[in-house]
Amino acid sequence: MTALGALIQRDIRIALRVGGGALIGVLFFLTVVVLMPFAIGPDLALLARLGPAILWLGALLASLLTLDRLFMADHEDGSLDLITMSRTPLELSCAAKALAHWLAAGLPLIVATPVLGLLLNLDVSSTAAVALTLLAGTPALTFTGMIGAALAVTLHRGGLLLAVLVLPLSIPVLIFGVAASEAAITGPLSFGAPFSILCALSLFGLIVGPFAAAASLRHGLD
Amino acid sequence: MRLSGHEIRCARGGREVFSGLSFEAAAGEALAVVGPNGSGKTSLLRLIAGLLAPASGLIKLEGGDKELTLSEQAHYLGHRDALKPALSVSENLRFWRDYLGGAITNSAESLATVELDHAAQLPAAFLSAGQRRRLSLARLLTVQRPVWLLDEPTNALDTAGQKLFATLMGDHLARGGVIIAATHAPLGIPARTLRVGDAA
Repeated sequence: MTALGALIQRDIRIALRVGGGALIGVLFFLTVVVLMPFAIGPDLALLARLGPAILWLGALLASLLTLDRLFMADHEDGSLDLITMSRTPLELSCAAKALAHWLAAGLPLIVATPVLGLLLNLDVSSTAAVALTLLAGTPALTFTGMIGAALAVTLHRGGLLLAVLVLPLSIPVLIFGVAASEAAITGPLSFGAPFSILCALSLFGLIVGPFAAAASLRHGLD
Repeated sequence: MRLSGHEIRCARGGREVFSGLSFEAAAGEALAVVGPNGSGKTSLLRLIAGLLAPASGLIKLEGGDKELTLSEQAHYLGHRDALKPALSVSENLRFWRDYLGGAITNSAESLATVELDHAAQLPAAFLSAGQRRRLSLARLLTVQRPVWLLDEPTNALDTAGQKLFATLMGDHLARGGVIIAATHAPLGIPARTLRVGDAA
């Protein structure tokens, strides 16, 4: 337990220090969402209708942007060798790293959502709905993205590969995330069904992600 | 305790690096792995560390902790220092102490042993190559593991550092540890020589 705590603490600390990845994701999210009203134009009704989709798309791309460094940095400086040789199972270490990544890079996106909702003419309850779906859905993005990040380490120079591998896996999350937000805002569908599936996707990723990533890392040692 | 390898064959990327290599090291013994560049010294250390799988052959540790695998009882000191530039010297060391677990000694004490205590609060990004090496050595002292696998351990160390390192290795052997070091320079401690690459 101390070992995993230490790993989480270290990764968060690195992400928050100068040159860490935590701020990059939020800034990218901010840029995408802020630019959107300028591109679409001053049609408030249209903005409100597209709002949840824009927020979700921004969050998805932002989390993808920071994900490729998840294992790459540790691989480059040799830490990954020592992590593999530790007494903590590699699966748990992978899960801890993903959790740390989500806390440092995913959670700030959710915190930024209410501010960005204002720019997209979303009212309080709509913004709350989007933030809630992001809270339930972004862990799925991180934990399935982790598989791609591990493969990218194995295959070397896999930055682009990560996007190609992870995007198909994140499409269901996007579909149900936006569906749940829109159900909460405009109806007529119930909010519960897509939201439950979103939670299920996150739980599924939580189990499959660490095992798949650890298997990939073990296989790709060199 | 006895670390041994029997008829190991190592292949990387479909190419055979070495084959038919056997070695043996008992508690308190050091083995210096020598051979020309590209002969597979690093590969051998990584095989022992469990970071590579042998194409054939067997590596085993007898008389160690039965609950743990060989790689969980070994320290690997590679070319890369496993240090995070954004973290301070003592944060780096404390992380490995907490993460690797097992029997530990005081991390501040090990920093003093490798003469880095004055730089404890400095970000690791500002360390010189020799200081980074010293910090890696502090990791071996802080977390106690019986097998040390060292890849060119004296690289970048100054003369005083090499002397200090020889003393530390001597202490480790005296405690019943095993050292396997790939090296071009003399280690400064009595060691048997294991030749890689010439036989093929």
